[in-house]
Amino acid sequence: MNEKISDVKTNATKKGLIVRLIKDGTVIDHIPPGKGIKIAELLNLFNQDSVVIIGQNLESTKYGKKDIIKVENRFLKSEEYNKISLIAPYATINIIKNYVIQEKKKVVIPDVLEDVALCNNANCISNKEPVPSRLYVLNKNPLTVVCYYCGYEFSGENIKLKT
Amino acid sequence: MKERFVKRDIISIKDFTREELDFIIKTAEKIEKEGYNRNLLNGKCIGLLFYEPSTRTRLSFDTAAQLLGATTIWFAGIEGTSVMKGETLKDTIETVANYVDLIVLRHPYDGAARWAADITTNRMKRGHKKVPVVNGGDGKNEHPTQAMLDLYSIKKTQNRIDDLDIAIVGDLKYGRTVHSLAYALALYNCKIRFVAPEILQIPEHIEAYLKRRNVKFLKYSKIEEVISDVDIIYMTRIQKERFPDENEYNKVRGIFKLNRNILSKAKTTMRILHPLPRVDEISVDVDEDIRAYYFEQAGNGVPVRMALLSLILGDE
Repeated sequence: MNEKISDVKTNATKKGLIVRLIKDGTVIDHIPPGKGIKIAELLNLFNQDSVVIIGQNLESTKYGKKDIIKVENRFLKSEEYNKISLIAPYATINIIKNYVIQEKKKVVIPDVLEDVALCNNANCISNKEPVPSRLYVLNKNPLTVVCYYCGYEFSGENIKLKT
Repeated sequence: MKERFVKRDIISIKDFTREELDFIIKTAEKIEKEGYNRNLLNGKCIGLLFYEPSTRTRLSFDTAAQLLGATTIWFAGIEGTSVMKGETLKDTIETVANYVDLIVLRHPYDGAARWAADITTNRMKRGHKKVPVVNGGDGKNEHPTQAMLDLYSIKKTQNRIDDLDIAIVGDLKYGRTVHSLAYALALYNCKIRFVAPEILQIPEHIEAYLKRRNVKFLKYSKIEEVISDVDIIYMTRIQKERFPDENEYNKVRGIFKLNRNILSKAKTTMRILHPLPRVDEISVDVDEDIRAYYFEQAGNGVPVRMALLSLILGDE
């Protein structure tokens, strides 16, 4: 945290960063390749004035390839962490203040998804009337959920998030 | 045990323990054998909100309530209600909860009863009395009070529920009575045989539920494969109204027919159950056979629903 801004910029150049640093905002790292755009859409990042940088298929020492999102002047709400966890369970959220990482958080799939995702049963009351959805997570890896209302169990692979 | 039922919502069989189901059965047996208090529910009013057609569930709840001294208000079908004007389930429940002490709800959407119960619970948090909700069938999901009377019928005919070999035949995909019965039988030590064409077999999520509980079950496509082995054959109607496409329905209509010829291979102690209504899956000439139990089964709806209403409202 005591790093000088000039050092941060120099180190970034040495590391060969192919996208620019952001001054204040959020970096979402370790997104599975190909899912970056989906997360950007989910967070409604395309409808704002700030800088948004999406890197696709970048090299990752941990996962081989990854996507990354950098967004300036935007900080995430807790329900947005939950949404990201369903698409990118291993994502890391870096909060940047004055070019320096202030906080690094891992997303965690919550035990209950309150009004975050839709039940996959088209005939469920939560898809038919104005009812807040509620899904209980039965298993985190692979993700399996069950609807609180209709008891329908389904795989997280097919989960549709509420927009 | 009694205290567990006071003001309780009855939404899914999965919410019950075996001890609780046994207690309901025992209470129904007591009502049938020893009689009941005709004034137990004096001054209580039961709301029967039936968004879908019903004969047995609605009339047996109505009978049960009146025998215990309660009055009933009801609608059967949404014609003539504000649902026709686009009223949501929430608004209807919020309104009717002012008039009644308990709501029995039948609704076309899966999970509607759970949502209705949440609405009356939230209402209680705002200072009103809790109005328990009883699921009288929600879409293709569950019909828990039918499963309770099915268990009661199995116990009455076979003197036990454990160690039985039970075939469930017909529309296992859309049949809500089948789903609730499968969840109920998962609490007993019996063998279940699901008999259906591939496209109407028991849903994957129910299969997964049974596997997690180590329930013994097998899948078949013909009645003839199981008829000589089973103690109970539970026939069901193909649920035409829940098929997304009529062509799909036409592929399976009339696929199963239990007739005297097939029945001749069954044990004499075997009993035929059916939640009714029947279309053509049981020949009418089977009705006279000693093994046909479905009309008596429908009659068992009254003591079982009396037991439930007594337990939920009787000890307030």
